[in-house]
Amino acid sequence: MKPFVGVRELRTDLQAKKYSAVELTQFYLDRIADLNDRINCFITVDTERCLERAAVADRQLASSHPQPLCGIPIAHKDLFCTAGVRTTCASNMLKSFIAPYDATVVKQISDAGAISLGKTNMDEFAMGSSNETSYFGGVSNPWNMKRVPGGSSGGAVASVASGMTPLATGSDTGGSIRQPASLCGVTGLKPTYGRVSRFGMIAFASSLDQGGPIAHSADDVYELLAAMEGHDPQDSTSARVKETVLPTRERRYVIGYPESLLEGLDERIAERIQQARRQFEALGHKIEVIELPYIDAAVAAYYVLSSAEASTNLARYDGVRYGHRTETSEDLLDMYCRSRTEGFGLEVKRRILTGTYSLSVGYFDAYYLKAQKIRRLVRDGFLAAFESVDLILAPVTPTTAFEIGSLRSDPVEMYKQDLYTIPVSLAGLPALSLPCGFIDGLPVGMQLIGPHFGEGDVLAGGMAFQRETDWHEQHPSLDEPSAP
Amino acid sequence: MTGSWEPVVGIEVHVQLATRSKIFSSTSVEFGAEPNTRANLIDLAMPGALPVLNEEVVSMAVKFGLAIDAEIAETCVFDRKNYFYPDLPKGYQISQFESPIVGRGQLPVFLEDGSVRDIGITRAHLEEDAGKSVHDRFAESTGIDLNRAGTPLLEIVTEPDMRSAAEAAACFKQLHSLVSWLGICDGNLAEGSMRCDANVSVRPVGDKTFGERTEIKNINSFRFVERALNYEIERQIDILEHGGEVVRETRQYDAGRDMTFSMRSKELSDDYRYFPDPDLLPLRLSTAFLDYVRSTMPELPQQKLERFVEDFTLVRPVAVRLTRDHDIAKFYETTVALGADPQITANWLLGEVAAALNREEKGYDDVPVSPQQLADLMKRIEDKTLSSSLAKEVFEGMWSSDKSVDEIIEDRGLRQLSDVDELRSLVESVINEHPEQVEQVRGGATKVIGYLVGQVMKTSQGKADPKKVNDLLRRLLNI
Repeated sequence: MKPFVGVRELRTDLQAKKYSAVELTQFYLDRIADLNDRINCFITVDTERCLERAAVADRQLASSHPQPLCGIPIAHKDLFCTAGVRTTCASNMLKSFIAPYDATVVKQISDAGAISLGKTNMDEFAMGSSNETSYFGGVSNPWNMKRVPGGSSGGAVASVASGMTPLATGSDTGGSIRQPASLCGVTGLKPTYGRVSRFGMIAFASSLDQGGPIAHSADDVYELLAAMEGHDPQDSTSARVKETVLPTRERRYVIGYPESLLEGLDERIAERIQQARRQFEALGHKIEVIELPYIDAAVAAYYVLSSAEASTNLARYDGVRYGHRTETSEDLLDMYCRSRTEGFGLEVKRRILTGTYSLSVGYFDAYYLKAQKIRRLVRDGFLAAFESVDLILAPVTPTTAFEIGSLRSDPVEMYKQDLYTIPVSLAGLPALSLPCGFIDGLPVGMQLIGPHFGEGDVLAGGMAFQRETDWHEQHPSLDEPSAP
Repeated sequence: MTGSWEPVVGIEVHVQLATRSKIFSSTSVEFGAEPNTRANLIDLAMPGALPVLNEEVVSMAVKFGLAIDAEIAETCVFDRKNYFYPDLPKGYQISQFESPIVGRGQLPVFLEDGSVRDIGITRAHLEEDAGKSVHDRFAESTGIDLNRAGTPLLEIVTEPDMRSAAEAAACFKQLHSLVSWLGICDGNLAEGSMRCDANVSVRPVGDKTFGERTEIKNINSFRFVERALNYEIERQIDILEHGGEVVRETRQYDAGRDMTFSMRSKELSDDYRYFPDPDLLPLRLSTAFLDYVRSTMPELPQQKLERFVEDFTLVRPVAVRLTRDHDIAKFYETTVALGADPQITANWLLGEVAAALNREEKGYDDVPVSPQQLADLMKRIEDKTLSSSLAKEVFEGMWSSDKSVDEIIEDRGLRQLSDVDELRSLVESVINEHPEQVEQVRGGATKVIGYLVGQVMKTSQGKADPKKVNDLLRRLLNI
């Protein structure tokens, strides 16, 4: 057995009994045991239960109709509730919280036969772009241990990039799947808002949060999406749409190219994006230069809106019913204050404060309402663009993976990490982040953005690109600690 | 003193909707269950839990809106009202702030003197109830019971249209009657199914501007609304007449001491940071849905009143009283439908039945006599089998047993004596026994005939038909 094997090969091998699901699971568990100390991808490894489930999968595999992901390991970002296994959101507040139920996504994936290895590290409550805000410590980029993997799904992405799991779930609010996927050289999809159920996915910003798949390739992302998507009556924002279908014939797309977005971008990254553009042209797709208005206001609008929602989504962590409660308190107010002060980290507090501020009487119109208007304009800009193009090609990140600690003291610089991912989130669109090159040994990604519920074409575009390139088949060497 | 001051009152009534399950979860709504046994992961605000709107709640709110002829919002929005409290699990209450489901409407309120006043309804919006703090279960700490958390409430807000405590109480009563009539609330005030907040101010008679107001919170009976407001009105007048100023504040009514006291000052209004709940999309009501709800509407009190006047030739004040609440109207209609005379039935329902219910503190939903029994009784009155006094005795008998009217008449030998021969012998013996009075009558003192009728009734133990006795006496005495 070897790491970095795709879903189709694993499926064929399992069904051909080349190895059992138990053996496969044990292989990944061993790899986690070898590597996790260095990379810190996992907050919780569910050794016992995943082996039990693998044994069940083996019996299923012997039957005539194994489920589509039967026996294939997966890791869940630690904000998906899992019955019986703690769900921490990488926060002191929930460090020993065990949910009494499975998130819809967790249940669907389990029903599809996949084996959950455990829960992956992340920025606390998914707030961050470097995975440095985790109560359980930062995650290293498997390509360079001194660098961040990106965030907030840093653990999920690093676990795939280092071959500790073939599949992982993540969540993307302003770029939390796409940005780390880009920094770690893996493929990840932020689905259309409403495509994947949010029930049981601990909320950061409800109007933006969207769970999505992370894997080695667009092919595998599609396999996992098929298990995750679908209408959920328990989520009022879940869309009633048909499942994602790949186009039956290879299509020639008109791909929008927002050239002005590339101005000011690191030249080497811009060069990789242009190279990808040429590759698409070579494949017979047509490139059309487009303008996306109001993009420059998107980051500010995003931080107002996401923080406003977060400030009230996190009000339930009050020490009364579950989660961290302070040891000593004088009265009720003191209990609230101490529990929350002790339970939340700095970045979470920063967002709660800014969010509370922007919703307050006297500031609501200037911040929250104005940000909603910008959101609408950004969305309208994309919709107008999609009148003439099928897909949009754009950068994911302004830089490659930066050094751990280098942006920690400058939140605004950190927020700019999501400059290219945030507009897509505000518009609720699907976008695939996939590798398109390297700079100084660090991966560079690009994103393919589609119209609402256009995942089929987004994925088809990604698959076409990955048939012609092998960036996604490059893997970090992890045999020894990376050079200083 | 009060003569120179005019009170201005508006009320807010929280109506607990009689749905099977909660407003945003599938947990069943049940009063008096063991603490926290009616709370699922949504009611407990577990991480990751999401609300899903209960459709039954929406149709009940729309019913209310249609009943008061209000604007029903095509699109309405659920907002988060943010504050911390241990019985509020999410740290916010889902409510409706800027766009309520029910807009402006009108409520005709029947006052004690029989007149009707139209009270403006400003709006009615949907929200979830909070849980409860339990102070008497643990020695050192307070418990939290979340059974009530997520119970659907319709908050009805009136215009400041009322000018006395009695009008405010009548308005609360009218709302109680209407929501019970519509079947959207069980109307059980003792279990907190309806709670009333009252905003009150006073101003010199003739003034157009309102005075500074206070709000009295959580009053749960009609009587207390009136008492609390009377106390508060007097208190405000007293302050103003002594040159003071009314402070804007929230007050609580203490029924034991019959007074209101200050809860907290409202000078600095709380900032609830309302904003649209991103977990719930704006609610759009289709024409088909509204049509469906309209088709399930019962006949409204006003419509029923007009029909009673028309179909049963009742005088308006009687029809008003018969349509004041759904149970009496239903009882009346059922009885009449069983063949009873509408007029006699109306008199009986509002007379004997009302008195008996009053005596035993029962409502028209709990009458020990069935409409069938009452209808049979009415028929026996109509066909003169029973005099009205005998009918009362039969009624008492029915009240305490399930026997039919005829069984009771047989058992007690209460059948009215109307056989002419029998009556004649009774009358003749009374004539023979009272020669003096007979002389007086023959001499022109016709009033004395009543005395003789009384004697016949007495010897017949009340069973004789007094009208026939009268006729017979006149005939035999040739007057």
